[in-house]
Amino acid sequence: MKANSLKRFNRCFAVALLVWLWAGQAYSQEMNPQVTLLDSLNRLKQGAMPDREQALEQLGEVNHPRTLTVLQALLNGKLYQVASNEQLVIAAENSEGYQLIDAITGEDLGNKPRSDVNKINLTNTIRVKLRKLIGQLELKSEDATVRLAAVNGLIKATDDNTLALLRQLETTERDEAVLEAMQMIFALKDLKSEDKAIRLTALVTLKDFNNQEVVNRLNVLMEKDSAGQYLETDADVRKQAKLILSEINARIQFYSILETLFFGLSLGAVLVLAAIGLAITFGVMGVINMAHGELMMLGAYTTYVIQQMMPDHLGLSIVMAIPAAFLISGLVGIAIERGIIRFLYGRPLETLLATFGVSLFLQQTVRSIFSPLNRSVTTPEWMSGSLQINDFLSLTWNRFYILVFCLMVFVLLLQILKRTRLGLEVRAVAQNRGMAKVMGIPTDKVDAMTFGLGSGIAGVAGVALSQITNVGPNLGQAYIVDSFMVVVFGGVGNLWGTLVAGFSLGIANKILEPYAGAVLAKILVLVFIILFIQKRPSGLFPQKGRAVEAK
Amino acid sequence: MKIIDISLRTLTQMGIVVTLLTGAGAAVAEETIKVGVLHSLSGTMAISETTLKDTMLMLIDEQNKKGGLLGKKLEPVVVDPASNWPLFAEKARELLTKDKVAAIFGCWTSVSRKSVLPVIEELNGVLFYPVQYEGEESSKNVFYTGAAPNQQAIPAVDYLMNDLKAERWVLAGTDYVYPRTTNKILEAYLKAKGVDEKDIMINYTPFGHSDWQSIVADIKKFGSAGKKTAVVSTINGDANIPFYKELGNQGISAEDIPVVAFSVGEEELSGIDTKPLVGHLAAWNYFMSVDTTKNAAFIQQWKDYIKNPKRVTNDPMEAHYIGFNMWVKAVEKAGTTDPEAVQKAIIGIEYPNLTGGMSKMLPNHHISKPVLIGEIQEDGQFLTVWQTNKLVDGDAWSDFLPESKPIIADWTAPISCGNFNTETKKCSGQNY
Repeated sequence: MKANSLKRFNRCFAVALLVWLWAGQAYSQEMNPQVTLLDSLNRLKQGAMPDREQALEQLGEVNHPRTLTVLQALLNGKLYQVASNEQLVIAAENSEGYQLIDAITGEDLGNKPRSDVNKINLTNTIRVKLRKLIGQLELKSEDATVRLAAVNGLIKATDDNTLALLRQLETTERDEAVLEAMQMIFALKDLKSEDKAIRLTALVTLKDFNNQEVVNRLNVLMEKDSAGQYLETDADVRKQAKLILSEINARIQFYSILETLFFGLSLGAVLVLAAIGLAITFGVMGVINMAHGELMMLGAYTTYVIQQMMPDHLGLSIVMAIPAAFLISGLVGIAIERGIIRFLYGRPLETLLATFGVSLFLQQTVRSIFSPLNRSVTTPEWMSGSLQINDFLSLTWNRFYILVFCLMVFVLLLQILKRTRLGLEVRAVAQNRGMAKVMGIPTDKVDAMTFGLGSGIAGVAGVALSQITNVGPNLGQAYIVDSFMVVVFGGVGNLWGTLVAGFSLGIANKILEPYAGAVLAKILVLVFIILFIQKRPSGLFPQKGRAVEAK
Repeated sequence: MKIIDISLRTLTQMGIVVTLLTGAGAAVAEETIKVGVLHSLSGTMAISETTLKDTMLMLIDEQNKKGGLLGKKLEPVVVDPASNWPLFAEKARELLTKDKVAAIFGCWTSVSRKSVLPVIEELNGVLFYPVQYEGEESSKNVFYTGAAPNQQAIPAVDYLMNDLKAERWVLAGTDYVYPRTTNKILEAYLKAKGVDEKDIMINYTPFGHSDWQSIVADIKKFGSAGKKTAVVSTINGDANIPFYKELGNQGISAEDIPVVAFSVGEEELSGIDTKPLVGHLAAWNYFMSVDTTKNAAFIQQWKDYIKNPKRVTNDPMEAHYIGFNMWVKAVEKAGTTDPEAVQKAIIGIEYPNLTGGMSKMLPNHHISKPVLIGEIQEDGQFLTVWQTNKLVDGDAWSDFLPESKPIIADWTAPISCGNFNTETKKCSGQNY
């Protein structure tokens, strides 16, 4: 209890400090900003929680050109102190350790090994305060996007001081978007006004905003207090608010459909990527390759290895991993085909068992080389986070890229099969092996190349998977059933079928998931496929013509 | 022919020598006290359980350096149940009947413990179980050195409710017995605290789930209704990584919607990209970062033993540390390793835990432990942000479930029952 009251006191004190800060900027200029900055940072980095929070408030007052930089470094976990002399530094990681910059002066201190510096730890309480402090400082930033983010950050936590500050800034603000965000904050504030007319105008202003906070505040207007009285006393305002709310809800509905669609497509993209290699080896060649999942796993591990080799270029390493994974998985695929599968053509059961053995072998090999623990593949900056369209719809970048990537791989594969000599030979052998041989096509070589192509694509899929799931020896097992499901559902031997099947299964899964839960949704999809296959044994797009009869 | 003759004779001679040697070996073996180590060294659980096997070997090694127990050396018998639940029962039987071990230290998942239970009760063995679990059990033959729900889940919810002012709750878990029971208890607890039905969202996912998009989007929507929302995660295993990654990608930070996890520890965090996890919470009874001399010594001992300065320590390791030492003290007190005598002697035994308190074996076969809540830091360690000011006694039967409320476990006379109904005054025996 004692600690709690102390905390409360500190909070009051903090607010008082803030008021005082905005009231009298002049005072802080009288003190030596450098000394204050250093002093408050030193208090911030250790000691009891209340003391650290107080130090944070003090930091806000300091009128030092590097305050914002230091605070941002602190929030992003880049602020360290040198173990030997407790000097505060901003560190950037590189291959040799850390590149250090003096936090206060900005002086370059060169490279230091990792063990020489200790990170300044943060807790959520401090992080929340820090974010607010940075937000307030950023309101004055030169960059309009930074200002916009800062204003948006203040929506939930507006007090009289920030409002006053915003009103003051509004007069000088030029940027449309920032002004609009400010208008929304003012309108939200006006909803609490005594004057009915002001409340009604505020509602009109809020009509067009796609913002969760607006929805929440409008919902509050509809609520009743414990005595059964509406919180909003005026019936006109309630009516208006209800109207606007239903308008916004319709938009939310629309965006949530879009979101489900995107989720479905992105899950579908993963399925298609996993299955498309199989569509070649199983679909075109008719080989049941149980080691297909492990070929994906090899691709994922290739990504990991390449990332280890070039830790300074995360983004580039992912791009580099694509051809590398294609090569490695492709070569392993060719080796499997030449070493085992070619002796077993026409004996599907034995192929199944043999490739299952290969899959166990590959898993164990990876376990021996990389340990059974999952490896972590770091996601590059441009693939993390999301594309925020509005408060109700945001698309995560990694899924977005995978969707695009999947389509690219599909188109490329289709072109290879349609336009290249290899493609022509592959199709010829698939349609009629004997006739192709008679025509002088080296069927053995084509078999190996086809299998290599399918395996290589599996490796490429592994690169994509490394970005969304754990890279471990069991990665492949999680996808092998799904891959077969997609290929069989789409129609064996049909790339378009695989694409359509993957996307429709993904979307079906995501539509079902909110109602049925993740486990049941998967089961339902599986049951659906079983029933579907009963009705149409050769899938969505069955192969037609002589090729079928020949098999 | 003659050559063969000679070689035959030699063989017979050799056979005699070998028989003598093994006989002598058996004689030596009788001088030791055998300790069974029943942890998976292969399969999916190997990642977590191998560490515990090594911990046991280290503890036994150390005890032997101190002169063993009752004047005899301790001899570890390590078996591998291979993450295969029925195999756990088989291996336990083997340990008790063939190797005649004095005690078994083992199991990780609840299902493996449930599988061993009938065997260990039939053969009257002793099992020390070091992992946090769902409760609703107390066997005469099992000592639960991990946390019961009231030593982990309930305090964590209290922290979220009182300190972080959470009003809406997402209970997310992997679909098996531990999360389901824990969430049942938590749901009852939250409702008892006046949380409305519509402010609780419960979600289960399969093991190894990796597509978290819609679930995280749901959590985000659920959490944006203007009330502070917290996620209580009983998600187990490697599904955690894509979950936290998706949280990060959808812009949910620990400040907006904190996630408190019960199955994410130092071991799980070592070697992964911790950026999306920073600031999220975990509740345990021990953190490697706890600054006590005992802990520092333990960490040093572990790193020296395993010969890897990067290895981390975690909560179940501490549980084995406490459990093993309690067993040693109990054997010394009883003067024998006889299970019956040890089961009696161990109740009330106290041993200092690594976080600076004195843990005690309670009559319900659970131990008293402190509860710590920590925020995940970028280096994979925890920064303690809250802890109970005294040790919490493990409660076998939750007081928040109506069906287990009147039930207590007390293995001392006159009750001597793990499932005693205080209302009907009846002992229902075991319930595995």
